[in-house]
Amino acid sequence: MIGEDLVQLVTPEGQRTPHPEYEASLTGAEIFSMYRDMVIVRRFCAEATALQRQGQLALWAPLQGQEAAQIGAGRALAPSDFSFPSYREHGVAWCRGVPPADTLRVFRATTNGGWDPQKYRHSVPAIVLGNQVLNAVGYAMGVQRDGADEAVITFFGDGASSQGDVLESFVWAASFNAPIVFFCQNNQWGISTPSSTQAKVPLFLRASGFGFPGVRVDGNDVLAVYEVTKRALAQAREGGGPTLIEAYTYRLGAHTTSDDPTRYRVDAEVEVWKHRDPIERVKSLLVHEFGVTTEKFDAVTGEAETLALQLRDDVLAMGKPDPLSMFDHAYAAEHPLIDEGRREVAALLELGAP
Amino acid sequence: MTTTMSMARALNEGLRRAMEDNKKVLIMGEDVGKLGGVFRVTDGLQKDFGEDRVIDAPLAESAIVGTAVGLAIRGYRTVCEIQFDGFVYPAFDQIVSQVAKLHKRSDGVYTMGLVIRIPFQGGIGAIEHHSESPEAYFAQTAGLRVVSCSTPHDAYWSIQQAVAHDDPIIFCEPKSRYWEKGEVDLENPGRGLFEAAVRREGTDVTVVGYGASMKTILRAAAVADEEGVSLEVIDARSLAPLDLVTMAASVNKTGRLVVVQETPHMASIGSEIVAELTERCFYSLRAPGLRVSGYHVPYPPSRLEEEYRPSVERILDAVDRVREYEA
Repeated sequence: MIGEDLVQLVTPEGQRTPHPEYEASLTGAEIFSMYRDMVIVRRFCAEATALQRQGQLALWAPLQGQEAAQIGAGRALAPSDFSFPSYREHGVAWCRGVPPADTLRVFRATTNGGWDPQKYRHSVPAIVLGNQVLNAVGYAMGVQRDGADEAVITFFGDGASSQGDVLESFVWAASFNAPIVFFCQNNQWGISTPSSTQAKVPLFLRASGFGFPGVRVDGNDVLAVYEVTKRALAQAREGGGPTLIEAYTYRLGAHTTSDDPTRYRVDAEVEVWKHRDPIERVKSLLVHEFGVTTEKFDAVTGEAETLALQLRDDVLAMGKPDPLSMFDHAYAAEHPLIDEGRREVAALLELGAP
Repeated sequence: MTTTMSMARALNEGLRRAMEDNKKVLIMGEDVGKLGGVFRVTDGLQKDFGEDRVIDAPLAESAIVGTAVGLAIRGYRTVCEIQFDGFVYPAFDQIVSQVAKLHKRSDGVYTMGLVIRIPFQGGIGAIEHHSESPEAYFAQTAGLRVVSCSTPHDAYWSIQQAVAHDDPIIFCEPKSRYWEKGEVDLENPGRGLFEAAVRREGTDVTVVGYGASMKTILRAAAVADEEGVSLEVIDARSLAPLDLVTMAASVNKTGRLVVVQETPHMASIGSEIVAELTERCFYSLRAPGLRVSGYHVPYPPSRLEEEYRPSVERILDAVDRVREYEA
């Protein structure tokens, strides 16, 4: 289970708890702003789920329960760092400045990407489990060759931790001392497969076998996630090589809107984790330690509500893409089969084909 | 200026020039550094360009390609060496899921300028997994380009053109021809990366092939010539996309087509060439296009490879068969 290796700076009850190696550095204002991020991404996640239920999205992968892991990690990044997400990192995308509606484009099925990855320094979604982790290591090798003061972070889950690509990434990162942070959100479930099937030892311990540090952090403690990630990123930038962070958390919702978790896990387990809710925890801290008032919390709720409505409008405004756009960027250079396909579709459109 | 060198040497010189031209060009693969690659194609490059640019990789093909993808996002151009054709499959996922799709997925923001070199085809008496022809797997994947070389001159220029190209390229090298020497014009490439080459002009039958098959086809053409049959021999060179303009011009002239390849013919490059040329040259064709291929079996133990690979006799037999049709 969780065990004493877990880095925690705030208890589930919202009380500070000291840790021998990590210290919370954030001011009250900063903690409040993280609270705001978490509330906003939870709200937009709920809106996305509703949009899917109403037939407006093909699918949605909710992040509910993982807000602290994602906001803590996302906020620890320096603007020049680069992140490689999988497909559930909506909270990280938010921290990187990706407009929420853009993260829904994939799920609206109007694109396979959705945003400019260089502009936000946040790569496009990677749906094949573990692929992006190798890509991130390669990017980090480029950073290393450029001598740049940058770090790379990549996100994957307990399920993907079984993929060869992830384990090969560990080998590569260790061999080349790549400036990378492997951020594993252990949300306990890979669709219906429990994390105990993926790993017989705690996931963070795998790092030592590859020759770099591994840290298990309470993934529902945004302060702890922030500090652990920040230190690992700094170490990467300073030439200290890779770190594996296992953010121990829980997927409160379904894997995706196509999933039915009641078929494989019991309500009691979900209830336990609801008591460890990452947002309630930091809210409690803000109330007790910083005296944040109900009005301020309500203001955030209101702001999240406004953003959710805006998100809805933005999504509903996303129409069917121009059919000819399927041929754009399939190749960088001219290609006869692209020209052929484009001509054919253009001719069909001319005839009024749907 | 022309000089004579082996194909392996030509690739080496081409890579050297590509690395001199662009500091962002890297080489990564198993044993490519100190050893110079198992075929010595990268011989001496690590010594001259350093370990940061010629990277001896741990032994994991998915990672060789997967990290090259990240390096491409960062603006590097990595030439990945896959040691043997049959070892590319661990990297298949990265190649078809990321290499082929990231330019599209990023709406053109990411340039997937990387080259995946694969020594392919048989003919060297190797053990299993060292003689395969995986080109059709990649040719079928949108987002990739697949090229092959059959002469030292082409090898020297094509590798440089591939490295400079902005799309990902699967670069198939006929390993049985690595040590054969030929003329290389160091100043004039002669043709583009995606153009087919007429290797021998003829009038009776068009024979298309690529890679190691070219030598066999040219031998067949010489034999046919003695028998009074004129073969026009085309090196496809680019397998995806195909240079159908050059091929169709030839078939429109000869009216007969034979395609030679080492793979089984099911869903192969040869099948695609026959289908396309049937469509484009229907009224010129005087016989159905025939494929001379490997058989639909796993590549056999190499003591049997000469029975498996297209031979002069099998090519000439196909030539006879297309000539028997009269229209």
